[in-house]
Amino acid sequence: MSNSKLFQGTGLLLLLAIAVVFPLLFPNPAVTTIAVFTILFAAAATGWNIFSGYTGYIALGHAAYFGIGAYALAIMCQDWHIPGGYLPFLLVPIAGLIAAVVAIPLGGIALRVRRHTFVVITIAIFFILQLLAYNLRDLTNGSTGMGLPIPTDWSGDFFNTPFYYVALIVLLLAIAISWWVRNSKYGLGLLAIRDDEDRALGLGVHVEVSKLTAFVISAFIVGMVGAIWAYFVESIYPPVAFDALFDVAVTLMAFLGGVGTIAGPILGALLLEPTQQYFTLQFGENYYLVIYGAMFLIVILLLPRGIIPTLTERWTRLQAIRSQRQEAALSLSASEQVHIGKRLIAPEAEQASPEEEQAREEGINL
Amino acid sequence: MSLLQVQEISKAFGGIRALDACSISIEQGSITGLIGPNGSGKTTLFNVITGYERADTGQIRFGDHIITNASPDKVFRLGIGRTFQLTRIFPRLTVLENMHVAVQRHDLKGLLSRWNATHEQQRALELLAFVNLTALKNMPAGNLSYGQRKLLEFALILIAEPRVILLDEPAGGVNPAMISYLTDRIRILNERGVTFLVVEHNMEFVMELCDRVIVMHRGTKIAEGSPAEVSANPTVLEAYLGD
Repeated sequence: MSNSKLFQGTGLLLLLAIAVVFPLLFPNPAVTTIAVFTILFAAAATGWNIFSGYTGYIALGHAAYFGIGAYALAIMCQDWHIPGGYLPFLLVPIAGLIAAVVAIPLGGIALRVRRHTFVVITIAIFFILQLLAYNLRDLTNGSTGMGLPIPTDWSGDFFNTPFYYVALIVLLLAIAISWWVRNSKYGLGLLAIRDDEDRALGLGVHVEVSKLTAFVISAFIVGMVGAIWAYFVESIYPPVAFDALFDVAVTLMAFLGGVGTIAGPILGALLLEPTQQYFTLQFGENYYLVIYGAMFLIVILLLPRGIIPTLTERWTRLQAIRSQRQEAALSLSASEQVHIGKRLIAPEAEQASPEEEQAREEGINL
Repeated sequence: MSLLQVQEISKAFGGIRALDACSISIEQGSITGLIGPNGSGKTTLFNVITGYERADTGQIRFGDHIITNASPDKVFRLGIGRTFQLTRIFPRLTVLENMHVAVQRHDLKGLLSRWNATHEQQRALELLAFVNLTALKNMPAGNLSYGQRKLLEFALILIAEPRVILLDEPAGGVNPAMISYLTDRIRILNERGVTFLVVEHNMEFVMELCDRVIVMHRGTKIAEGSPAEVSANPTVLEAYLGD
């Protein structure tokens, strides 16, 4: 046990070290640009997962909070005459907070319903906000779009580096929050909601507040990602800041790696975002969508629960069998108990109903 | 003095009166059986008491609290735990994680702490040992057999130390050896002061376990008494065999 923990810890430190020195090893701007987008998507997918992965409520309108974060930073920089450089990075958390504050009433509305209705309402809210971005011209400049300050002192070779590290900080923050939620009593409540919300309510879990809190936390992270992204691409327009494909990408990443796990969405982003960028370069802007669609189908058909849960389940099964054997061997009375337990229970062993089996395999409650 | 008092509760689903001015009273420290033909309103009564359904009229009193139409989480926090006819556990959480869901969260600090904080973990492990599921603690609960799920659901409400436990068909579809094991567990808890209200069709189980039996028919109570009295009551026989 302690050995595997040590192994895990070393592995994580190694990954962190690679992430930190990456721009030094591969200084080529073409590579670091892809790296910045990858880290941003890893953070967004982790943020999305804190709500959708843990509660089982699949939100498909998180592009709304990405867009709010992007516009919030653009508007702050414009109104306060912030010059290009490091200063706009300091406003990123504020942009995230603005997205989070907007998420309170919007999440409250969407979370009045469950399952498919919830999904539809999140999409509807997203399109309303996209329309507002087009039409609130005084605030957003409409379809003309908005420019962000350009850091003119940063040379071409250096330009990506600050964005990379700021994105990495946001990713680490998102991972820390995700880890804490997963291990806290609060997070256990969210997972209980995912499995059976009414039962969780009947066991004293504050379901309404828990769901909304998770929704707002995830909007905060996605909002910060939107802000960094806006600063990185230098100008924003309603259809790119409020982009429906953002949710397709983030959801696909989480599903590929494993919805509801800490590492899953990150792994999904690390695999998908560079692939997407590569395909865009190779085959052009339009064809990558075909490939994306194909990948979505492959993931849903072949790996419905994602890479991480599939591997973890194999591992825990192995561990459970091993520890059962150990306990049986260790003490006679314990082994008797296990034996009695088995004898009492054996006739109906493994009698999960087909629906439950299916639900478990699907790995979500849409 | 009665601990749980249901007074004149009515509940209709469309034109069907599931509960019709139903009044029952549960004594502190008793094991009360609730029997009656299918559709007589037993599960609806459970749902109304625990806040899963709203009563149309009437009042429910628990100790000093009036809990008519309180939300399920409030009813649970006041000390009424229940199991479901079709066992409801959290299939994708491990057995041990299931045990921790019902731990009371008194403040923000408790909420933000790790779910397996030590003293609670110890209590959860004790209870798993109590229902003989220790060996399966790291297994996803969805992998448990039907009988094991019943035991887990029973144990996971115990962690909150409820004063009253409502069991909805605990012996349904469970083999005889497991039933006697469950009977033992209920007796042990009852000796420690937990009050039980048990819906069950298995008469042998009811007659052996319960010290009082309430009979329901068409949404209301038609008889009450010791198991012997009730089984000799002509009204009860008529309700079961009559229609």
